[in-house]
Amino acid sequence: MNPFSLVGKTILVTGASSGIGRATAISCSQMGAVIILTGRNETRLSATYSMLDGHDHQQICADLTIQDDLDKLIEQIPKLDGIVSVAGTAKPLVLQQTDNEDVNEIMQINTFVPIHLTRLVLQHKKLNKGASLIYISSINGNNCAYIGSSIYAASKSALTGFMKGVALELAPRGIRANCINPGMIDTDLLISGSIGPDELEKDRLKYPLKRYGKPEEVAYAAVYLLSDATQWITGSSLLIDGGYTLQ
Amino acid sequence: METNEFIQNFAAQFDDTDASEFTLETRFRELDEWSSLNALAILNMIGKKYSVLLKPDEMKPIKTVKELFDLVQSKLS
Repeated sequence: MNPFSLVGKTILVTGASSGIGRATAISCSQMGAVIILTGRNETRLSATYSMLDGHDHQQICADLTIQDDLDKLIEQIPKLDGIVSVAGTAKPLVLQQTDNEDVNEIMQINTFVPIHLTRLVLQHKKLNKGASLIYISSINGNNCAYIGSSIYAASKSALTGFMKGVALELAPRGIRANCINPGMIDTDLLISGSIGPDELEKDRLKYPLKRYGKPEEVAYAAVYLLSDATQWITGSSLLIDGGYTLQ
Repeated sequence: METNEFIQNFAAQFDDTDASEFTLETRFRELDEWSSLNALAILNMIGKKYSVLLKPDEMKPIKTVKELFDLVQSKLS
């Protein structure tokens, strides 16, 4: 038996319509899992769905910042063996230009949604014993910081703190919780952002491995943490940053 | 878009340079306190106040307040 296999596991992936979420859904399906996909964009969510290996997968279009959508999602999902919480947002914003709305939006999507999702799956008894909860955090806020992203840093380090509490509370049931802390990953979030190609190239060279990460490289870490190979790993943050924070 | 208001909004992104020193001709990159943080703050300000989302690459060749004003103006019309 391959210890890294996900055969027989049902995994919920949020933010599955693009980037790390899409790559995670695809990789988990290739390792044999049944995937419940959720994301805000129906067209792109269906595109991810069509890329999955195997069968019995389910797609549920939802904006998890809307209570109704979140409640419906909880109602529709089967019992889970894992959750990969990927949905997130980022925008470069200096603090003095930040208003209430910006703070609320970033904290809502990056921190409150994963917290409420976790709370609700527990309250509705949707987690199997031995389930694995994975939160995509960031090096930003945990291992380093950047200009123009103080709220993002706060949202991601709060998520890491939450993960630790959850890991401890759910340990008696064999449920594990871990974070993945990626450095910059080549995703649409980055490409559609306000960073120019010249800046991106310069920034890439700051990484000892001379490039940004690929979404599938984060996905493989998620597969690892979902698998039975990591049954004794809980409360940890797996760093995937091409050596960036060594310097 | 009103010129004086734009200059005021622009000047507000600086801490050490007195707001009264800013004119359309100000070559802001030559100011002692100029840094990439000011550049990001200015991009954010333009996004918030004028709903124009400039990319850093568009900002790069800009040297004076007037050039920036004209760029924002061209995006508004």
